[in-house]
Amino acid sequence: MRPAGKGSLESLYFNYPHFPPRLVSAQQEKAERHPVVIVGGGPIGLTAALSLAQYGVKSVLLEKKDTFNDGSRAICIARPSMHILERIGVVKPFLKKALGWQFGRSYFRNSEIFRLEMPHPPSEKFLPMYNLQQQYIESFLYDAVAANPLIDMRWQSDVTAINQSSDNVSLEVSSPLGNYKLDSDYILAADGARSPMRTKMGLRLRGENYEGQYVIADIRMNHDFPTERRAFFEPSGNPGGTVLIHKQPDNIWRVDYQLKPGESEEEALREENIRARVDAILRDLDHRGPWELEWWSVYSANTLCLDEYRHGRVIFIGDSAHIVPIFGVRGLNNGLADAHNIGWKLGFILTGEAGISLLDSYSPERRGATLDVFANAGKSTRFMTPPTRGWRLAREAALSLSLSHDFPRGLANPRQMQPYTYSVSPLTPYPHRDREFTTGPMCGAAAPNARMADGSFLLDHAGNGFTAILFVKDTPTAEWNKLHSKLNALHRRFKTVTIGIGTSEADTIYGADEGTVYLLRPDLHIAGRWTILKPNEIIHTLAVGLGRKLET
Amino acid sequence: MLKSKNKLSFEGLEIVYGALAEGIDKAGEQNEALFLAKLVLLLAHEQGDTTVFQRCLETALTDMLG
Repeated sequence: MRPAGKGSLESLYFNYPHFPPRLVSAQQEKAERHPVVIVGGGPIGLTAALSLAQYGVKSVLLEKKDTFNDGSRAICIARPSMHILERIGVVKPFLKKALGWQFGRSYFRNSEIFRLEMPHPPSEKFLPMYNLQQQYIESFLYDAVAANPLIDMRWQSDVTAINQSSDNVSLEVSSPLGNYKLDSDYILAADGARSPMRTKMGLRLRGENYEGQYVIADIRMNHDFPTERRAFFEPSGNPGGTVLIHKQPDNIWRVDYQLKPGESEEEALREENIRARVDAILRDLDHRGPWELEWWSVYSANTLCLDEYRHGRVIFIGDSAHIVPIFGVRGLNNGLADAHNIGWKLGFILTGEAGISLLDSYSPERRGATLDVFANAGKSTRFMTPPTRGWRLAREAALSLSLSHDFPRGLANPRQMQPYTYSVSPLTPYPHRDREFTTGPMCGAAAPNARMADGSFLLDHAGNGFTAILFVKDTPTAEWNKLHSKLNALHRRFKTVTIGIGTSEADTIYGADEGTVYLLRPDLHIAGRWTILKPNEIIHTLAVGLGRKLET
Repeated sequence: MLKSKNKLSFEGLEIVYGALAEGIDKAGEQNEALFLAKLVLLLAHEQGDTTVFQRCLETALTDMLG
């Protein structure tokens, strides 16, 4: 919502473009069949289109609205998402505009009780977290989409019906310039939390709804404080409730505050009440100057997801598949990982580089990541919005003890996201090889970065397919060269990155000795690792990563 | 600062925290104080050291409301 007298797109800092609908010939569409149609042009749909385009796969991107999101929703981009943005070639404007951060503070009744520090070793290229308004996220992704000839984005295009058969899926599309039917091989449903696609297919999210409600307000003010996540428990400015403060670019600040149990949502959302509550909170922050109200909304925590993310030729990505509480900042970040995960898999399948069974790994991997968020989110949500008298009292006791004692302070940490490990994925067939290592990233983990002798970063050298990282004394052995040729015959994008032992910090970070091999997936997760060369296992790992069965 | 030899791990603390919250709810508002007092006596009995009990009691009395 926006202040009285303002239109829904009248922002203090962002100029909303208006995108006209495109004239589409129904006749021409009848003769055509698209490899992929993406429904929903938010950050997730845009990222999916760009991920597919990386592999030369065309897509049609349908968006119901005529512009970007009408308010800032997601604002935190985590490090693994920055790697995704880099891999799809759009990270530059993000680095220029977003505010990076690694620290946080939690307060109880205005005393600081917890200091959050997210690790940021010099081996990492990106900070653990970046804040950026969703409108900018969409606009930067859109600029890349508009410049990409493989992506046909159609604004003001609403899906009114869907029909699926075993070898085809079709959509009825309605736009101000006419209605038409689209045929395609695959549909990616990226149409958000209220997903009309989900409803049309008769699917339902399952899980838990939490009671506590939060108001989310964006304001503009000159306020001198570094970019950190601040959490206030029971501050004098919002008695009985929690307050979260985040800094965003353009002097915009996100103020989240918890409503009291039983408080009416309608009353809480009235402009004068928003202004009074924000005023009281800003007094706690020692902000005495003026401030302007930009946008506000209400939110309650849910942990909901689909039982299965793929239904035949329709694949759900982002909020259409899962809704997570805001406190772990996993909504946008998990959605981006969904889009990139399905992007490379479908990319390989549609270019004939991988077998169709590769798709079977999407749902277990990405739904697994959601369930992992739920496990953590449940804990942090019960702390952030205690559901019952018992949880409220336990929290009060823990917070009171936190004023003078260290031991309960960790409970007051709104857990930030950890990258997910695909350890039980079908694409990680030799997890027991982890036992041969004393350190380094496990099978399925996101590959850590490392600084090379020439100042570049290890992950910059990875290809857009599968990549082997080979640790050698001088040069690769003849046995490796032979294996490389076999792997390359199986997968034309296959690349070997050779690292000289003792030339960089990579050996330590990867726990590597001479002869150690890591196999990286296109999304920079580890498909397998070996201390000594096991050609058959490496070939098999690559084959399952390409959805192929090999005769042995 | 509270010091003790047999510290709970953070994972242990999380388990205790959740079980305590659910225990209070189970007891119900009417029996809440009785439940908590009984719980303290039981823990002191298991722990078996009056000095530790006295110290915890003093600590719990600090940073109270009002």
